[in-house]
Amino acid sequence: MGTVPSALKHCLSYQHLLKEQLWIAEPPAAAQPAQEPQASGLPEYIKIVEVGPRDGLQNEKVIVPTDTKIELINQLSKTGLPAIEVTSFVSSKWVPQMADHKEVMRGIERHPGVQYPVLTPNLRGFNSAIAAGATEVSVFGAASETFSKMNINCSIEESIERFEEITKSARNMNIPVRGYVSCALGCPYEGNIVPDKVAEVSKRLYSMGCYEISLGDTIGVGTPGSMKKMLEAVMKEIPLSALAVHCHDTYGQALANILTAIQMGVAVVDSSVAGLGGCPYAKGATGNVATEDVIYMLNGLGINTGVNLCAVMEAGNFICTALNKKTNSKVAQASFSTGTTN
Amino acid sequence: RQVSCAAAAYPKRVKVVEVGPRDGLQNEKNVVPTAVKIDLINMLSETGLQVIEATSFVSPKWVPQMADHTEVMQGINKLPGISYPVLTPNLKGFQAAVAAGAKEVSIFGAASELFTKKNINCSIEESLERFEEVMRAAREASIPVRGYVSCVLGCPYEGKISAAKVAEVSKKMFSMGCYEISLGDTIGVGTPGSMREMLAAVVKEVPVGALAVHCHDTYGQALANILVALQMGVSVVDASVAGLGGCPYARGASGNVATEDLVYMLNGLGIHTGVDLQKLMDTGTFICNALNRKTNSKVSQASCRL
Repeated sequence: MGTVPSALKHCLSYQHLLKEQLWIAEPPAAAQPAQEPQASGLPEYIKIVEVGPRDGLQNEKVIVPTDTKIELINQLSKTGLPAIEVTSFVSSKWVPQMADHKEVMRGIERHPGVQYPVLTPNLRGFNSAIAAGATEVSVFGAASETFSKMNINCSIEESIERFEEITKSARNMNIPVRGYVSCALGCPYEGNIVPDKVAEVSKRLYSMGCYEISLGDTIGVGTPGSMKKMLEAVMKEIPLSALAVHCHDTYGQALANILTAIQMGVAVVDSSVAGLGGCPYAKGATGNVATEDVIYMLNGLGINTGVNLCAVMEAGNFICTALNKKTNSKVAQASFSTGTTN
Repeated sequence: RQVSCAAAAYPKRVKVVEVGPRDGLQNEKNVVPTAVKIDLINMLSETGLQVIEATSFVSPKWVPQMADHTEVMQGINKLPGISYPVLTPNLKGFQAAVAAGAKEVSIFGAASELFTKKNINCSIEESLERFEEVMRAAREASIPVRGYVSCVLGCPYEGKISAAKVAEVSKKMFSMGCYEISLGDTIGVGTPGSMREMLAAVVKEVPVGALAVHCHDTYGQALANILVALQMGVSVVDASVAGLGGCPYARGASGNVATEDLVYMLNGLGIHTGVDLQKLMDTGTFICNALNRKTNSKVSQASCRL
């Protein structure tokens, strides 16, 4: 816009400017929110579930050393994030990246007030997780039969039965279980997914005892239109307070989809530091939405998350350096760049 | 109390204003040959886009990328039903534009005094006086004028910008005779919160039907900001094919929102744009190859494999 060549040299250092101008601010307790969230119908507080160490790293090509994983999680523990998905107790044959699940679980610092859920695909994984010190687990269902078959080699119904074994054991041990529903807005095999199917699977997971259902746009094809329709169907079966959205940014729609969800009252959002984790179904495409970008948006909406954005950016910088890759977070890209072009 | 999207009605149609050939290319490092610019605009003309900002009649000393403005204007196929506005910073530029065949022009104001000073070396008031000359000449020639307001959600020099200031400048430009005011988040710092606050102030002074949003994606907020604007009744959105154009204020950061990603979202909302997404993606591929760079459009990146 306009012509700015000579003006560039006089621009304040960007990072300095941003810190001063509160765009990259502390949570809005101190800052003046752009609008009162209550007046706008938005939640006052949103819980961010950080999935970088699990969902993020799982989809990164480079195998990350155990120490690096532990360091990443420890850094994230200091940012104010209330929940950090640590690892996955799956067979290392299937997911080599998560082979060190026990070491990671035992090696991390456990900060009070922070949850450290782990994935458990079956009872065996669950038992192993508990033995390693896990105090919360997650199970993964899908709204698509084909995806379920391709992914875990069984039907949705069979997967539900497996999960029921887990929730039964978990109940006996007072271990909370989080349920994920993949392909909530589309499937790489089946294409369009019917909202009622998502509602049906969500209801099964919730009824068996999952305290929260995270609805995942696994391939990022969703838009505010399909997000709204899907949530309307699911909200008929599950209380709003038990819902979370897990949006992938493969088509650039994640923040718009998340905004739509929070406008409908959803108050739990999954995201991944530095947008770690590509999409296994579209080569070169991005996957998870970046935690930094989500927090930036929520800060701007005057919504409290308890998370320090600068601290998350530093953790993102750490892991990207370790992975030798550029961040997928636009906020981080804009903030870490110094000087100007040309 | 509720401003949930369940209650919000979206516009049925949205006019997409394609700024790639001007705003996009202007912020690309590599100078693009005239023939490539012409091919780009011709390809865009085939996608269903109704408005394509073609070039800028500024001095080549300031903006070397736009030095070939006359050749571009004269070289493109001007399809009926499509508008090809050009930037005109002053009367001289306006006259050159009309001589070269322009049928619509744009002028650039800003909601920040410091930005205006650094950018064009005068105050906001003085800049509007300069534009009065252009408005007068345009009126006489029956040439529609689009007004841009920069820095509506933040300024790289002043920082926070008051919504009231944006409303004031917008009102002045609308009263001067601009048929449309495009509100630009120049450095992409805006969020749905600040977008809502700014628009609420502006719609008190300018009818929402005369408003457009021009969002930069530097902080990844563009589509969310656009969504809020749509919920408030805005139905004109600027975008740049392949997300051409970086941000001059943050090295390596992105700039314009990608037209492909915008159209993908609008399609998903059932909003009519008239744009063929596949043809748009092909055009994006063309210009990225010509510029030897990767696309900034996530839709394009994801669709490569398909």
